[in-house]
Amino acid sequence: MHILLRGRDIPNIKQLEVYEAHGGFAGLRKSLAMTPAEVIDVVKASGLRGRGGAGFPTGVKWSFIPQHEPIKYVTVNADESETGTFKDREIMEENPYQLIEGSLICAYAIQAKAVYIYLRGEFWDIGDQLDACIEAMREKNLVGQNILGSGYDCEVYTHLGAGAYICGEESALLNSLEGYLGQPRVRPPFPAQKGGGLYKEATVVNNVETLANVPFIMTEGADAFKAIGTEQSAGNKIYCVSGHVKRPGNYELPMGTTFRELLYEQAGGPLHDDRPFKAMLPSGGSGPIVPLTDEVLDTRMSYEDCAGIGTIIGSASIIIMDETVDMTWVASKVTKFFKHESCGKCTPCREGTYWLDKVIDRILDGRGTADDVKRIADVAENMAGTTLCALGDFAANPIIHTIRHFPDDFAQHVQV
Amino acid sequence: MAIIGNPKYAARIERHLAKYETKRSAVMPLLYIAQEEYGWVNSEGIGEVAQLLNLDPTQVKSIAGFYTMYSEKPKGKYWLQVCTDLPCALQGADVFHAWLKDELGVAEGGTTDDGLFTVEHVMCLAACDKAPMLQCNFRYVEELDQNKMRQLLAKWRSEANGRG
Repeated sequence: MHILLRGRDIPNIKQLEVYEAHGGFAGLRKSLAMTPAEVIDVVKASGLRGRGGAGFPTGVKWSFIPQHEPIKYVTVNADESETGTFKDREIMEENPYQLIEGSLICAYAIQAKAVYIYLRGEFWDIGDQLDACIEAMREKNLVGQNILGSGYDCEVYTHLGAGAYICGEESALLNSLEGYLGQPRVRPPFPAQKGGGLYKEATVVNNVETLANVPFIMTEGADAFKAIGTEQSAGNKIYCVSGHVKRPGNYELPMGTTFRELLYEQAGGPLHDDRPFKAMLPSGGSGPIVPLTDEVLDTRMSYEDCAGIGTIIGSASIIIMDETVDMTWVASKVTKFFKHESCGKCTPCREGTYWLDKVIDRILDGRGTADDVKRIADVAENMAGTTLCALGDFAANPIIHTIRHFPDDFAQHVQV
Repeated sequence: MAIIGNPKYAARIERHLAKYETKRSAVMPLLYIAQEEYGWVNSEGIGEVAQLLNLDPTQVKSIAGFYTMYSEKPKGKYWLQVCTDLPCALQGADVFHAWLKDELGVAEGGTTDDGLFTVEHVMCLAACDKAPMLQCNFRYVEELDQNKMRQLLAKWRSEANGRG
């Protein structure tokens, strides 16, 4: 059953009348009849965790907002730029009202004065569609002043980025929205605190998929949501499958489904029958790579189970590579991505990605030595944990884990 | 033309100025308007955006330089950006990108002599299940192969010629 990708089940759900005819805005109506604190308690009880990658409990994040502050904001992270991620795009293209409804429920729960949806710049047509949705809602008093007669006022706006992966990092996103360079901020103060959020006001930053779950939770109740998935990973998740499978695409399945079920039953198995799977990046370019062994295939896709195999489920951007793929080339590809996307603020990331790229190119050219492989592992280990945001760690991951799991792929390139 | 005082943009500029708490927040949408008017973010556009927001042109230029979707030099009429990131590359995007440059006779980032096509590679565009793909003037064209691309190039050439 689709909770998120309902555009696949219900034709024209991107029209307001159709969305409402299928239970749309019932979650908002129900929320407006409750106190903000009660709404936060329901979301807390549901066990919903952030779908942008970090998996932080959503209701807990909302509860950090100091209620006594007069001005608060919600910003929706629709910057979707992680290599291999294309889920938020489908939610917003095919089921846009559900995102807006979830955002408004969040806004009511923290008593925000406005919602800003930060879209990656390439999603300008999605921005136009969302703007049209917001105007259609205005005619029915679903947004703006005195929403549905509740006395609560809230505006929803869209904002386009302009091509910068780093703006998916929440403090860089806030800087970008304020018209500054998209570079991370020193924390504390955190976005949820006065001084740390949008225009220095307390702010919730949530991913598109996270917020799109909220209408279901409010309508059906926390228990109904918790009944899906595993103990620590409730609900459905959209898994973005790309690379060497027969049927790449988005798959919405309960958390706790095994990789085997996703990759064989849903995505059709290896692209070429005579080329078995070799490796998987389960969380785009930024999470640790793992060999696709039977143990990994039988692992459940949940926050807790993926930790057991030395990786993360993160945003569930699952990139599959078959036996023909050279992991040194993969390390190079991912490093070039992070070198390009490093914002330049922190020295270890700015310089580290530059030198990693240079040395891997040398190794791939056949001019590298065994010492070069040790050198890049050493550089990567010195980047991890030394930067203001996680990009430094993300850029270290592809090096550290490809060398750990596939040393022969590097050895074949280097002079003895 | 200009963007200040241009009736084509007046309502959009007003809307963007109204939606944020600070004028400065409107710098990104206004840079898109400048790019639309001049074809790239030139010094006239930078100056007008700065004037509208009470910023120094240097501050506006730093924003234009940071984000890759603002072009700081003129591009071809069709700006083709091929995604060559890992998921697309696993489906042949590197080969497709090299072929496209060859087909048009341009180097990376180069523009054809007739001024029609600029080709460059870009990072992940969130279309990984539809590789190879590119964006042409920020519009996605997905599930490409050489045949389909040849037809598109022909179509764009005739469109450009038709408009004179």
